[in-house]
Amino acid sequence: MTTVTSQPVRLVGRSWKTPIACGLFTVLATVLFIGQGRPGETTFQLSRDADLVQLPPLVAPVGATTLGLTVVLLLLTAHAVWLAVTRRRPQIWSSLAFAVAFLVAFLTWAAAGQTLPVLGLLVGTVGISVPLVFGALGGVISERVGVINVAIEGQLLGGAFVSAVVASLTGNLYAGLLGAVVAGVFVSLVLAVFSIRYWVDQVIVGVVLIVFVTGLTSFLSSTVLTKDAAALNSPPRFPAIDVPVLSQIPIIGPTFFRQTVIVYAAYVAVVVVYMCLFHTKWGLRVRAAGEHPQAADTVGIKVNAMRLWAVSIAGAVVGIGGAYFTLGAVGSFQQNMTAGMGYIALAAVIFGRWHPIRATLAALLFGFATNLQYVLGAIGSPVPSEFMLMLPYLVTIVAVAGLAGQVRKPAASGLPYARR
Amino acid sequence: MSNEAPLRTGDDRVRAIVREIMSGTAVISVLAVVLALAIGGVLIAATDDHVRAAAPHLFTDPGGLLAAAWDAVAGAYGALFQGAVFNPNRDGLVLQLKPITETLTFATPLIAAGLGVALAFRVGLFNIGGQGQMLVAAACAGWVGFTLHLPFGVHLALALLAGLAGGALWGGLVGLLKARTGAHEVIVTIMLNYVAFYLLSYLLRTPLLQAPGSSNPKSPPIADTAALPPLLGPQFNLTLGLVLVVAATIFTWWLLDRSALGFRFKAVGINPDAARVAGIDVKRVYVATMLIAGALVGLAGVTQVLGPARAGFTSGIDAGIGFDAITVALLGRSRPWGVLAAGTLFGAFKAGGYLMQAAEAVPIDIVLVVQSLIVLFIAAPPLVRGVFRLPDPSVGTARQDPASPVPEKVSAL
Repeated sequence: MTTVTSQPVRLVGRSWKTPIACGLFTVLATVLFIGQGRPGETTFQLSRDADLVQLPPLVAPVGATTLGLTVVLLLLTAHAVWLAVTRRRPQIWSSLAFAVAFLVAFLTWAAAGQTLPVLGLLVGTVGISVPLVFGALGGVISERVGVINVAIEGQLLGGAFVSAVVASLTGNLYAGLLGAVVAGVFVSLVLAVFSIRYWVDQVIVGVVLIVFVTGLTSFLSSTVLTKDAAALNSPPRFPAIDVPVLSQIPIIGPTFFRQTVIVYAAYVAVVVVYMCLFHTKWGLRVRAAGEHPQAADTVGIKVNAMRLWAVSIAGAVVGIGGAYFTLGAVGSFQQNMTAGMGYIALAAVIFGRWHPIRATLAALLFGFATNLQYVLGAIGSPVPSEFMLMLPYLVTIVAVAGLAGQVRKPAASGLPYARR
Repeated sequence: MSNEAPLRTGDDRVRAIVREIMSGTAVISVLAVVLALAIGGVLIAATDDHVRAAAPHLFTDPGGLLAAAWDAVAGAYGALFQGAVFNPNRDGLVLQLKPITETLTFATPLIAAGLGVALAFRVGLFNIGGQGQMLVAAACAGWVGFTLHLPFGVHLALALLAGLAGGALWGGLVGLLKARTGAHEVIVTIMLNYVAFYLLSYLLRTPLLQAPGSSNPKSPPIADTAALPPLLGPQFNLTLGLVLVVAATIFTWWLLDRSALGFRFKAVGINPDAARVAGIDVKRVYVATMLIAGALVGLAGVTQVLGPARAGFTSGIDAGIGFDAITVALLGRSRPWGVLAAGTLFGAFKAGGYLMQAAEAVPIDIVLVVQSLIVLFIAAPPLVRGVFRLPDPSVGTARQDPASPVPEKVSAL
């Protein structure tokens, strides 16, 4: 057993992480926005023609806006340095303000002389984030109960495959969704049985399950699905449903309330998972099994049964996220269509510090960065597309290294439990 | 079993020996492979057209169904064997033995990358960054290989060193970030995979790496002076890379089992807090581990770029080897010689899988299924013993500890 390292974040010495991160971005901002300054104006389009409430587009002169925001970045960096010198903790609001200021400056600069569809950017973000949110929620539940879920990618892919086949065969979207749940639970059960019953290292089972599901779905897809694609791999797709009233709110309405059922299910899932984990007896037991299984056992919680249940539920949640690929976005199964999203969801779990809401925000951040690159690619950005594609991953590294700081996983996550 | 053994003690001893053998890890490993191949066979039979045609006649003509299933499975695994080990249909012994050299060619990068992942595992780090480390190493080695003009030997050595340095840099960055900021290596390695991929994609569109006069994102061919010389003559694809990889295996074994640094590595892997108390600089160990692990994975990139892919490389040069390496390391239980064996086995599956796909139209993805099942079964000996009704060595003794090839700190996700 390793000792539980759970001392609170205490600043013994000066912490230079935040000032260094802020400084790097300020230098980047100076080089890009002032060194490579671009002329013209940027138009931020805030409404679509179909919207009830029309917001006028925002027009920003590129030079003045980026210069002003760079000065703001400089001031915030100075603030961070001052905090570090006086040995105080970096403040979350200044990190957030820094991120927003950098983002707005970057968008203004990158879209100079063009119209930036802010709505398209946000709506796409929600869509891309949905499988990440489901994946991250499943990861959080699983790790909170003490079983590391590396297999998120496998659960997503399994959910995508089974939902496509079931929905194609039955013609019923909800049957497809149910199929995705079953697939996710199946992968979870293998994970649970091997890690709880046979004490196989959970990371090993997780990695192996990804390979297994990738191989199995690709094999079945190229042997069975391709032979009769019309009957087996052409599911219907969920239509977008407008929520009355809410969908008419400017910006927020189109972004969040003109989506498909799966997206609404994601909102519900975030709230339900959060409430269940932190405000119910069941959640307390789940967390007890993941933090201190011996203590949990002592008070009468059946740790391994608890783990089996929670991991299965986690699989069901991730499976729904898998259905988004086929029934929500693409409309058919393609080999390896999750393309590493499960790994990103795993990163969101850790980035979100094993908390459902923070993990969801991390997932949204990934979704935003990914979609930003699509949108800027479409309107033609001065940055080579490869660097835009790299952006979400670079941002994550900087955030994990500089802003998020030390993370503490659930204490017994990854350790098998046996009564002695 | 020697039922007619005259002495009861002798009978017991023979039984004890048989029991020892039957419950040992070697038998478990073989049976795990058999079980995985059997499940793979069921999948192949179930998806075969002839079997599906014969299936409705299950009750009227069960023999026909069985024969069709046998044909499908035997054909597929026969092709797998012919592609990986020995092909009697070719002319002459040299060509008949060519498949086994193909197996070793495929195994070369798998072993190197597997060593890199295994070394990190032993220190309690989960290196999913094989893809990125391979790509950067390939780019560095490739650049030296087609840009410089040096005599044979010097050029090859310089290209090799450049590649190892590139891989070490990309891996060491992870160790440095973990040591200095506490950033989790799983996140950082995953993210650096994408960064390396897009960086290489970009560079392959610039004059730095793109072949002159070409519009494809592909590098120019490697100079002959930098290419790894063929090991068995020009008719085989096998290169000196295999020798380098075996040397790397010996190095990793020496490092882990014979050196003071390796002792510190393993101490940190088993319990970083105890290691810290014992005076080991854990942060420096993380950096050193990821530097060496990155260089080992980088070797995989080098053997590809200066070997089979010497005609020029794209950003897909890693070919998933960085991820395959994780299963190789797991199957090899993170031991250097185990990785060598596991890499060879997976190399055989890869070499045979291509022939199976071409000759029998069985998609090569079945290989992934079989490989993952092998790792899963080997990691769970009680399951294999249960399936084959083998004796349990821990019966009557203390409860068996979970035999994990990964120190428990890896689980610190």
